[in-house]
Amino acid sequence: MTEPVLSIRDLSVEIPTRKGVVCPVDSVSYDIAPGEILGVVGESGAGKSMAGNAVIGLLNPPARIAKGEIWLNGTRIDQLSGDAMRRLRGKEIGMVFQDPLTSLNPLLQIGDQLTETMLTHLDISRSEAEKRAIAALQEVGIPGAADRLNSYPHEFSGGMRQRVVIALALCAEPSLIIADEPTTALDVSVQAQIVALLKKLCRERGTAIMLITHDMGVIAEAADRVAVMYAGRLAELGPVREILTSPSHPYTDGLMASTPLASRGKSRLHQIPGSMPRLNAIPDGCAFNPRCPYAADKCRHDPGPQGVEGRAACWFPIVRERTA
Amino acid sequence: MLAYLIRRVAQSGLVLLIVGMVAFGMFRFVGDPIDNMLGQERTQEDIDRLRGQLGLDQPFAVQYFRFLENAVQGNFGVSYRQGRPVSDILLERAPATLELAAVSGFLAIAMGIALGVFTAIRRNGFTANFIMSASLIGVSLPTFLIGILLIYIFSVELGWLPSFGRGETVRIGNWTTGFLTETGLKALVLPSITLGLYQMTLIMRLVRSEMLEVLRQDYIRFARARGLRDRVVNFRHALKNTMMPVITVIGLQLGSIIAFAIITETVFQWPGVGLLFINAIQFVDIPVMAAYLMLISVMFVGINLIVDVLYFLIDPRLRADRAGAH
Repeated sequence: MTEPVLSIRDLSVEIPTRKGVVCPVDSVSYDIAPGEILGVVGESGAGKSMAGNAVIGLLNPPARIAKGEIWLNGTRIDQLSGDAMRRLRGKEIGMVFQDPLTSLNPLLQIGDQLTETMLTHLDISRSEAEKRAIAALQEVGIPGAADRLNSYPHEFSGGMRQRVVIALALCAEPSLIIADEPTTALDVSVQAQIVALLKKLCRERGTAIMLITHDMGVIAEAADRVAVMYAGRLAELGPVREILTSPSHPYTDGLMASTPLASRGKSRLHQIPGSMPRLNAIPDGCAFNPRCPYAADKCRHDPGPQGVEGRAACWFPIVRERTA
Repeated sequence: MLAYLIRRVAQSGLVLLIVGMVAFGMFRFVGDPIDNMLGQERTQEDIDRLRGQLGLDQPFAVQYFRFLENAVQGNFGVSYRQGRPVSDILLERAPATLELAAVSGFLAIAMGIALGVFTAIRRNGFTANFIMSASLIGVSLPTFLIGILLIYIFSVELGWLPSFGRGETVRIGNWTTGFLTETGLKALVLPSITLGLYQMTLIMRLVRSEMLEVLRQDYIRFARARGLRDRVVNFRHALKNTMMPVITVIGLQLGSIIAFAIITETVFQWPGVGLLFINAIQFVDIPVMAAYLMLISVMFVGINLIVDVLYFLIDPRLRADRAGAH
């Protein structure tokens, strides 16, 4: 097996508040291999974005990494100084945000935003940077790229802007892209285009992608492996087929059952009773136990095993007969 | 762009016309200047002669049109008190006020923006908090008190700087400047601080709050996520987006720097148009008052026009919107 691009080990993020310390990311571990798309799913507040922000070193204080390690291409990066981390951002780790309408500086031409990123990280001349900017725009599928360098963000549609954002994240050729809900703010038809674009870039360049989303459709379409997060913990981690068709954590199972599918017809959609606990009120034992249909006494006292590859964070994982 | 400019110029003209109406109204409703100009021993003949000479016996509409006609040509009549053309007196006094306003305006803008950015970036630092607290003094103390305090400290106690007047001035054509002599420059220090302090703290607090707002935006996060240097993020990305509302306020404040110069000029006996205006009020010298009113409104309107044009230069979205809408 090749060395992973990103390796997160036992990562916890904590936020000191007036009512005590809360832990939005709790002992999470996962790897992403080169050219792999890891889908990170979970409800709002499950800690998916917080983990991504921790990786790129953009946690908003007072949030901070409490424990754990983050390795990027064999180098430990969670203890780097502010400036060393800044050099890594954009160059080694690119980031795509949710809302393309607000991710671009409205007062700067997109050509300038592209070249300034490249000139910050790469040792190239301005004219070379401009050439590469055109190439980057072409690569993400912006028609007439050479003429659009002098355009301002408001002259693009939402989907086109997200393409520009992706071009910006990619222009210094990072080995990892963190895409935080990249399709959530877009129309469904545009969503599919953006997902296809990410897949294409991943395949052609061997870039690893952490695809943070709450949209199971996007996961099914794009991800190679899936990490399911619940209340800051990793519930389950595995290849996308396995997670989608035979989830072993009851939460994942509930999540799948509540995803609308055309094949299921007009039957009433399943829902998981209750809602995810607030960070300052995570129950004892397994965080999912009050909502879990299978919860036993043990689940109410003991947090359960840590979720790792191929093993759900559950005392009583659902075991299915393999339908061969 | 052109259509927008033309519309703004037309609006400005309308504003000036209305101000002109008010200024002219003063001639009719603020006392009778004839009483002041002629002493106790006047005859009805004297009164009638002077009234005719000044055109005060004509109907209202005629007088208003004549006033407008003259005003457009820069002619505001003759000062009741000094017996000389008002335009000459104003031209003589204007350099003093404009130099004072320019120095304090520059001080207010440069220091205000610099300190605003500093306090926004280091918002939890000790120095930034100290500056924020100190700025409350600038906002809350009245101008005349600051002036008098400065005079007390730097002129009376320390004896470093003059307490009144412009110092020596050099004449260049019609313009007298205090920039070229040492005493002239020294004399500028206290009045310009007095005049600019309030504007400076105002600009600083505005820049700070706008900057904090901008720093929360997604595109700033994205700029950081692209690994841009802090300096680039703060000044290229954040400050430029901060400037729109700041320029609006700076425009209005520059106008009021000239208008509020009255108080500072009185405290420091600065021989500018503000002092002229105060003296004119005491003597009901209406032509001077009217001309001053017109001068200030021309400046306000002019500055606002410039601000509107600056919007275009800063924000590309406005260019597109206007082009599409008109």
